[in-house]
Amino acid sequence: MTIQNREAFLDGLAANLGRPRRTEGVKRPIWSVTPQLEVLKGQTQDELIEALEKQCQAIHTVFKRTDKAGLEQVLEDTIQAYKGQSIIAPNDQRNDVYGLTNLFKKLEQSTEIHIWDHTKEKENQVFAERADLGITFSDITLAESATVTLFHNKHHGRTISLLPKAYIAIIPKETIVPRMTQAAQQIHEAIVKGEDVASYISFISGPSNSADIEMNLIVGVHGPISATYIVVD
Amino acid sequence: MSIKINESPYEERVQQGIENDFMRLAVSSAQGRFRSRKRIQETELGNWEDWRQLGAEIRKHTVENLDYYLQQLSDQVSKRGGHVFFAATAEEANDYIQNVIRKKEAKKVVKTKSMVTEEIGLNRALESLGAEVVESDLGEWILQLDEDPPSHIVVPALHKNKEQIRETFAEKRGYTGSDIPEELADFARSQLREEFLTAEVGITGCNFAIAESGTITLVTNEGNAEMATTLPDTLITVMGMERIVPTWEEMEVLVSLLTRSAVGQKLTSYITSYTGARLDDEIDGPDDYHLVIVDNGRSKILGTEFQAALHCIRCAACINACPVYRHVGGHAYNSIYPGPIGAVLTPLLDGYENHKELPYASSLCGACTEACPVKIPLHEMLIRHRQIIVEKEKQAPMVEKMAMKGFAKWSSSPAVYKLSTKMARLALNPWTKDDIIGNGPGPLKDWTNSRNFPAPSKQSFRSWYKEREKSGEE
Repeated sequence: MTIQNREAFLDGLAANLGRPRRTEGVKRPIWSVTPQLEVLKGQTQDELIEALEKQCQAIHTVFKRTDKAGLEQVLEDTIQAYKGQSIIAPNDQRNDVYGLTNLFKKLEQSTEIHIWDHTKEKENQVFAERADLGITFSDITLAESATVTLFHNKHHGRTISLLPKAYIAIIPKETIVPRMTQAAQQIHEAIVKGEDVASYISFISGPSNSADIEMNLIVGVHGPISATYIVVD
Repeated sequence: MSIKINESPYEERVQQGIENDFMRLAVSSAQGRFRSRKRIQETELGNWEDWRQLGAEIRKHTVENLDYYLQQLSDQVSKRGGHVFFAATAEEANDYIQNVIRKKEAKKVVKTKSMVTEEIGLNRALESLGAEVVESDLGEWILQLDEDPPSHIVVPALHKNKEQIRETFAEKRGYTGSDIPEELADFARSQLREEFLTAEVGITGCNFAIAESGTITLVTNEGNAEMATTLPDTLITVMGMERIVPTWEEMEVLVSLLTRSAVGQKLTSYITSYTGARLDDEIDGPDDYHLVIVDNGRSKILGTEFQAALHCIRCAACINACPVYRHVGGHAYNSIYPGPIGAVLTPLLDGYENHKELPYASSLCGACTEACPVKIPLHEMLIRHRQIIVEKEKQAPMVEKMAMKGFAKWSSSPAVYKLSTKMARLALNPWTKDDIIGNGPGPLKDWTNSRNFPAPSKQSFRSWYKEREKSGEE
């Protein structure tokens, strides 16, 4: 695709910086300090889950924990608590592995279920817009900030976790890392190996909110109004 | 079309700010809350100074190699199906974006909060084409309905109370509800949802562009950035040319510094990282993507003693720490960039001519420098601005110029300054008469030759400020 006016622009910057243009060979220096590596350093997976649970309170997010066998029941209870009559989810391989496919079949009688299908094009968005609930897996989970990381692709639209009124994230225990540092490292290493980064990566920490009116915290603005995390051992 | 908001004189704007009781209360309470939240986060990390050091090193390296990283960024964006336009001026940026809008025959553009688009006057440029421009950040939307400029970088409608907001909604959008914030926000949600779904073009700013992958990262709480980057078929990013980092690893560090310093959150609800146009078979996201990289005066700062001003990550921590901002509010600065960073940056971007009062809108207490998460020496830059203004404008005799240089040296080392302001009252006693120094020693001598210098107060401002912080006053 086109790049316009670049050479004159960058030549000008180099001139102002008082040196010839740098087009290659720039390396990041070794930083004198690395405080980001110290946060929750050396914690066990269970300790990270504790940190995650604690942070959930700060971000107005319901925290639940179960194992694979218990997930179906916990998820059904959560859907009921949200009075979820319409649900949208990605076409994710983990739907089968974690029993979501079974649960959705069971709920189909009373609930509208839409699994993302790119061949249906904008129909996906239209459903997401009126859905009560979006349910996705977390790809990388950040304990410090209680953040789920979603790598979107053609089977996992961006609108699933964005347009419905409530959002449920299923968090496989092994996706939990101390903080954003580890997620950024994973992404950086993949890029260095020559992999293409996903077109859209969302780091989501609880429901949307705003403090724009007299600095009062309002939970639920453009995105979901409420959120639940379910950690699966 | 500029950084400048209006033509009213500085003294008038300051007076208006001081006389606006609601605004002053709102500002001081917001400052208190922001600062205490930031402090909680700093304490929890325990090694905040290391974080600041890392932030400063990252920004310094990136800006020193800006040509390299912008080249890498533009190559990557292009590879991912995006168009990149380098704009030397506001006009070039606006022209390019206008062309995109014209080609798309777009009737509605939805925007997320962006300082640089305010700076270049993009909304007016688009409206002149007949396109409707909708600001989607709640605070910005309120201001847009009311045709009012922002007064704070992070909380743009800080100067408005909920009753005023209710009136605006009622008058402009037929709202009939109460002034309960949740109800107001719910109304905005439904109104703006419709706008997101019908806009043909989305325009966002950029918190951090990632050179290695051509990715743009946005930091928001409301989710409006996710909306604007997901729903319209055409997406345009407008970025100030310095808003870039080498890799995801540096983005992560700066986002951590930004969210903590701006609002005292570990991360905001949404950190959104998007790269180019949507891929094959993806439904959400734009099929046409444009990145506009704006200079508009920034390159003049490169290679000068003010280069570190380009390290700014727009967190507003300096604004929240500033005792002058606390009293006069954001509008007094008459710049879309208020507070200490605004007082440093505005004259650099827009010239001293219209903004020569701004470097004086500071007590030089250094609270801004201490608050800055990337260690920009803000108050030292303000002193330097004053020197330049005095030299250039020839408004003061040479002796005062000399004194300012001595003062800068004396006040630029915190240890010396702290000690000397404590000692000064005692030490200056012999020269003090009725709390006025008429014939001062040392660095004061040149100054007092042409004017009197007030004797240092019994409690220095810094020690007063420190104590007030400790007492948790809001």
